[in-house]
Amino acid sequence: MEQTMAAVDGRSAVRAGELKTERTLKLRAEGISMIFTRDGNEVRVLENINLDVGEGEFVCLLGPSGCGKSTFLNIVAGFIAPTQGCVRIGGEAVHGPDPRRIFVFQERGVFPWLTVEGNIAFGLSKLPKAERARRIAHYIKLVGLLGFEKAYPQELSGGMKQRLEVARALAVNPDMLFLDEPFGALDSITRLIMRGELLRIWEAECKTIIFVTHDIEEAVQLADRVVVMSARPARIQRIVHIDIEHPRDISSRAYLELRDGIFEQIGLAHRV
Amino acid sequence: MSSLAQPMKWEKYFWPLCAALLFLTMWHFSVRWTATKVFPSPFDAGRGMAELVTKGLLVRYVADSLRRVAAGYVTALLLGVPAGLLLGWYPAAAFVVNPTIQMLRPISPIAWIPLSIIWFGVGNPAAIYLIFLASFFPIVVASMNAVRNVPSVYRRAGRNFGLSPAKLIAKVVFPASLPQIIVGLRIALGIAWLVVVAAEMIAIDSGLGYLVIDSRNSGKRYDLVVAAMILIGLTGLALDTIFRRVEKLKSVRWGFRYES
Repeated sequence: MEQTMAAVDGRSAVRAGELKTERTLKLRAEGISMIFTRDGNEVRVLENINLDVGEGEFVCLLGPSGCGKSTFLNIVAGFIAPTQGCVRIGGEAVHGPDPRRIFVFQERGVFPWLTVEGNIAFGLSKLPKAERARRIAHYIKLVGLLGFEKAYPQELSGGMKQRLEVARALAVNPDMLFLDEPFGALDSITRLIMRGELLRIWEAECKTIIFVTHDIEEAVQLADRVVVMSARPARIQRIVHIDIEHPRDISSRAYLELRDGIFEQIGLAHRV
Repeated sequence: MSSLAQPMKWEKYFWPLCAALLFLTMWHFSVRWTATKVFPSPFDAGRGMAELVTKGLLVRYVADSLRRVAAGYVTALLLGVPAGLLLGWYPAAAFVVNPTIQMLRPISPIAWIPLSIIWFGVGNPAAIYLIFLASFFPIVVASMNAVRNVPSVYRRAGRNFGLSPAKLIAKVVFPASLPQIIVGLRIALGIAWLVVVAAEMIAIDSGLGYLVIDSRNSGKRYDLVVAAMILIGLTGLALDTIFRRVEKLKSVRWGFRYES
């Protein structure tokens, strides 16, 4: 156990939020705190979160359910204003949502009144017709929905709806993607396939991705860095660098050590 | 028949028809066995219907009633849906206006008859105004609630793609609330059809409501009264069927619990 912890320490940054030097800074969250008032009671959700994310980086926010990681993602996306602190993306302060940064809400965000094509075209109304058609075709193919162009979301499975939402997000060519437990509602097989697809898309399209999950395996499989958050009020407990090339061998020693280190960190036993 | 969940094609019409026939049979024999002189049998009502056809009244009265409903209802729809959308979108406006709406809403349109006759005189406009009143409030309230019930995920997704507030209403809020608005429209049309009959009994001398009251007053022709009632029922059924068709359109069907 001593050894695994040491392995994690060796790889993880000492200071919370510190970025490895080779990437240019994309996003900086400074001193983010969030207090909700519910029925006259103050609920402290986030406490002084500092995080830097580099251009093209894949960061996973990992924490127990209800810890506030989704709230943090909503703040970063500009949907909620924090009680304290400031988010800067590309040097500009975030004051609201922006088409350059698309938020993916599980599969619940696809518009049920539009077809697959209509959903993907949603953010493309300003483009010329030919370009729009080209993008729709490209992303339908990319996420494997060929033949379902005219289908409505209710005719699709959960996994297909999820891919549709990712396609809709990618079609506007954003430079960042925020994914809030995107695969949480999928069965475990579909989830594995979707992780592979997401990595493929990430590598092909060079997006900066912030991915919220409560699944340790998922975080270690996907991320360049895993930001481990505490229970509410959420603080950053530790940031773990995952220095393993993709595709990752999930039975390799390095993978297991990192994974087990995070298990320790969160305080979970290895036996069920 | 094994189960109602999966009726065969012929069963879809056969069994409801059986129920209707059973109803007519019971009606027929209760008239026969009680030997009533006043109440018409189904055959009397049918003969009454035929008489209306030969006099050219049937089509004319149904058309008159439908025209009034169309005028009042479409006006209510054109004003009510936008009003409901705005009230749903701006909670502050709803907060101010809603108590007044909720107070006016339970007033039966029938109670408005005296005032509408003062304002519009006896004639078409008074009836149309009553139908407008009857359908306006359900439409406003349904549209307002529909907008309030739009999941915030859709609004956030819409804003994320850079939509202006006006576009957000047109491209997200309206289509997202449309299924619930359609439910409200369907209820309102049902009410409008109820009210046109009442309005025609008082303020007008044509239409199905007039037929009911006139047949009774001039010569106690209860066969014509019942024939008119059947026409009212059938036309109402036809209107509702049209709405059921609308609910099955693919762009709104997601909001209804149909399996098919």
